Amino acid sequence: MQEAMIKRAKELLADGTVNRVMGWKRGEFSYDITPAVFETAEELDAEFVCDDLTQANVSKYLIKESRKEGKILALLKPCDTYSFNQLVKEHRIIRENVYVIGIPGGPKIDIEKIKAKEISGILSVKNEDYTLKIETIYGTETMPYYEAISGKCENCKSKKHVVFDELIGEDGDVLESNRFEMVEKLENMTAQERYDFWRDQLSKCIRCNACRNVCPACTCENCVFDNPKSGIDNKAAADSFEENMFHIIRAFHVAGRCTDCGECSRVCPQNIPLHLLNRKFIKDINSLYGEYQAGADTTSRAPLNDYSTDDCEPSIVHERGVE
Amino acid sequence: MNNDTLIPLIGVVTDIRQDTPDVKTFRVNALDGGKVFEHMPGQCAMLSIPGVGEGMFSITSSPTNKEFMEFSIKKCGCLTTWLHAMDVGQQITIRGPYGNYFPVETDLKGKDLLFIAGGIGLAPLRSVINYVRDNRANYGDVQIVYGSRSKDDLVDYQEIIDEWTADPNIQVNLTIDNPQDDWDGHVGFVPNYVKELNPSTNKTVLVCGPPIMIKFTLAGLKELGFTETQVYTTMELRMKCGVGKCGRCNIGNKYVCKDGPVFRFDQLDELPDEY
Amino acid sequence: MLKISAAKLNDLFDAISAKQTLYIPVDREPNAAEFKKYESGMKLSASLNTIRSAKDFFFPQTENLADFKMNGKNIEVKDIREESEDFVIFGVRACDARSFGILDKVFLSEPVDSFYKNRRDHGTVVTMACTRPSETCFCTTFGIDPTVPEGDCAVFFDGENYFFLDRTEKGTKFVESISDMLEEGDASKLAEVQENARNIMKKLPLANLSTDSFGGDKLNELFDSDKWADLSEACIGCGTCTFVCPTCQCYDIRDFNTGREIKRFRCWDSCMYSDFTKMAHGNPRTSQLERFRQRFMHKLVYFPANNDGEFGCVGCGRCLSKCPISMNIVKVMKALEVK
Repeated sequence: MQEAMIKRAKELLADGTVNRVMGWKRGEFSYDITPAVFETAEELDAEFVCDDLTQANVSKYLIKESRKEGKILALLKPCDTYSFNQLVKEHRIIRENVYVIGIPGGPKIDIEKIKAKEISGILSVKNEDYTLKIETIYGTETMPYYEAISGKCENCKSKKHVVFDELIGEDGDVLESNRFEMVEKLENMTAQERYDFWRDQLSKCIRCNACRNVCPACTCENCVFDNPKSGIDNKAAADSFEENMFHIIRAFHVAGRCTDCGECSRVCPQNIPLHLLNRKFIKDINSLYGEYQAGADTTSRAPLNDYSTDDCEPSIVHERGVE
Repeated sequence: MNNDTLIPLIGVVTDIRQDTPDVKTFRVNALDGGKVFEHMPGQCAMLSIPGVGEGMFSITSSPTNKEFMEFSIKKCGCLTTWLHAMDVGQQITIRGPYGNYFPVETDLKGKDLLFIAGGIGLAPLRSVINYVRDNRANYGDVQIVYGSRSKDDLVDYQEIIDEWTADPNIQVNLTIDNPQDDWDGHVGFVPNYVKELNPSTNKTVLVCGPPIMIKFTLAGLKELGFTETQVYTTMELRMKCGVGKCGRCNIGNKYVCKDGPVFRFDQLDELPDEY
Repeated sequence: MLKISAAKLNDLFDAISAKQTLYIPVDREPNAAEFKKYESGMKLSASLNTIRSAKDFFFPQTENLADFKMNGKNIEVKDIREESEDFVIFGVRACDARSFGILDKVFLSEPVDSFYKNRRDHGTVVTMACTRPSETCFCTTFGIDPTVPEGDCAVFFDGENYFFLDRTEKGTKFVESISDMLEEGDASKLAEVQENARNIMKKLPLANLSTDSFGGDKLNELFDSDKWADLSEACIGCGTCTFVCPTCQCYDIRDFNTGREIKRFRCWDSCMYSDFTKMAHGNPRTSQLERFRQRFMHKLVYFPANNDGEFGCVGCGRCLSKCPISMNIVKVMKALEVK
């Protein structure tokens, strides 16, 4: 599949359809893959990679890239197309300046899952018939593919590309996922248990802002947490609740716009399951305003930007109640 | 535990002078009178109103002034707006002195001096000028070229007129950017005025002002035959600690707060062209 | 050499923690170790290293510098410093141990940072020799021998016993304080374990990474390199590299109004952040390229220029595993290297 992408990208560069390619390039190891813009066939041949370990959602980069001279080719996995569409809808990406090729999605492999099995000194990872063959400094290890699946692919919501100019591989369908399972578990906890769960998780936060900066829904020119005029700008916890507020406010701000791409949890150096905050919002929006998937289209009104007489009343908070 | 420079002292504002529409000069004393600490010309201090902010300001008074310190501050951000709104008697926190200083006791001694300042850029040079005036025998000719947008924007205008221009031992050349009714002096930008004045290349130059003025003044001086080793300036970047540890005011491997703020242009030339 | 058997390690922890606060690396989750205050029964992590570095012990992410009481026009400064308690950090790796030396050069140079020094004076660093390095390790590039780590006391594990080597006065005091739990042991197997680890180090993928192209004398040529644009292209401007880095020490000072008083605190800052150099009247580093370049120039050029050639990196590999876009100092060094 990687070869097909390189071949097609070279063709599109050669015939002038695009002048750049947004993709990924390989690093020192098998897993340290970096989003990159390619301008020549030679660069593509030398460095382009798109394999089982290529997880990064590149749609956010297209905000900037689509404002540059010429057209850029973007290779988007199904989940990435939702982010892309949402950004087009929010007038962040200039659609005309991007040529989208839908590429197959995951499930992708997360190296952290392999390392969590106490496999270290990893030199290479190969997928042989859904068994991972891992070469390490300390010898060869194997593990089932499905045990190393990235958190963001575990509950895949859709194999469908919601936007593309052409496809490499086949298009899939929206899936029946059980992605709200953990949210339900949290909902069924007592208030104290839930509070303890989040305090425990969020207290790990080091305020590196990786979640915010990688998030395709976080595209404010100047984030409220960086703006001295907001009065709440901060880069560390002045008190022990500060980082909790950061994540809660961020979740509120992306509510109705978060496509559930899972990048926030993927990049968190402290493994905080941040996507659960967003999924709670998605689940609530679905139940209170009707099924809605951010990024599924570019025309519908988002439930939180829309008003209908069926909308729930603010009293829903009381109706649902606190214990 | 020993004193820590990050824990500030208290100063009290004993006089406030409105110098220009957006510059005020604040006199600061220790709580029991006198100065909070001694300094050398060109050094800075961190002033703060807790809860509002802390910022690095050049000490504009001369070390030869034994009674108080002065700071000429332009209103441009949150902290300076607050400072401009305060009244005499307000306490502030103060720590320092920070940074190096103009080499008044070494390289500048015995030299003919040319001071070139634009706008609020006079503040750090005023300290040197008054230091030199108070130790007049140690220096050769002294010439001051100072310009601002308008007559009203000349900082310390009263002191300039009352003391500097009245001093037979120094030459003062003032200029403003545009003609104005009550102004019969020179009109024009500082860099051009310097070229018109065509100062002797024996002079050692101390220049401070907006970056664009410094850039053109330096170019003009070079045209007149000055070399970079003859020209000193003083820099300003964002600072938090003041002692070369917080890591944000560097140009290359030099920290403006600690290795500066005073640099000679040949020293700056060796550093990366970041600013 | 004095030793304790692996089976008795927790007894030793109990004994140390009875006298002073003890911190050890424990597994929060698989492959996610962190230093925790020891409580009886906690298990020493088998992970090579912690996600966060050990710098927190001396340079915490947030700390209170002073309090101010505002009363009309008057300000009262409250010096809230207190003598730190004595504490022991057990299981620090060679890379982090070296990072303390680098932090010392910043915080203990004049004017001494009393907040840092206070903790440094009261902390005993007990290091643990590495036997199973990871592919992301490159401490040897910076002259670190992970099989004989620095620190006040180094501990070596030969598979059965932990051996103790005191390396400073503080370390000697530490070993003396636990001597009744230790016994003289045969360390002959240790040499073999060390030799084995050294051989692995030689075979690591980054073993040949060289600092030859870097240093204080390469100021302008590296600064002016045209490679920075490509290297920084995908950087998202977060602070992950900075915050997991054991040597990054830039900080911000902020005030927090509690309503009763003003707390002035200092917190970690990152040169990767857009507001790092922002002033009321402009920002000298407006692009991510400039901010990205600053971080690596600091470690590879500015720091050695100011500190007798010592680099501001210890090769712990944390940024290699944690950067969201997998850009890191190794890639920067390889790209800028003059071959």
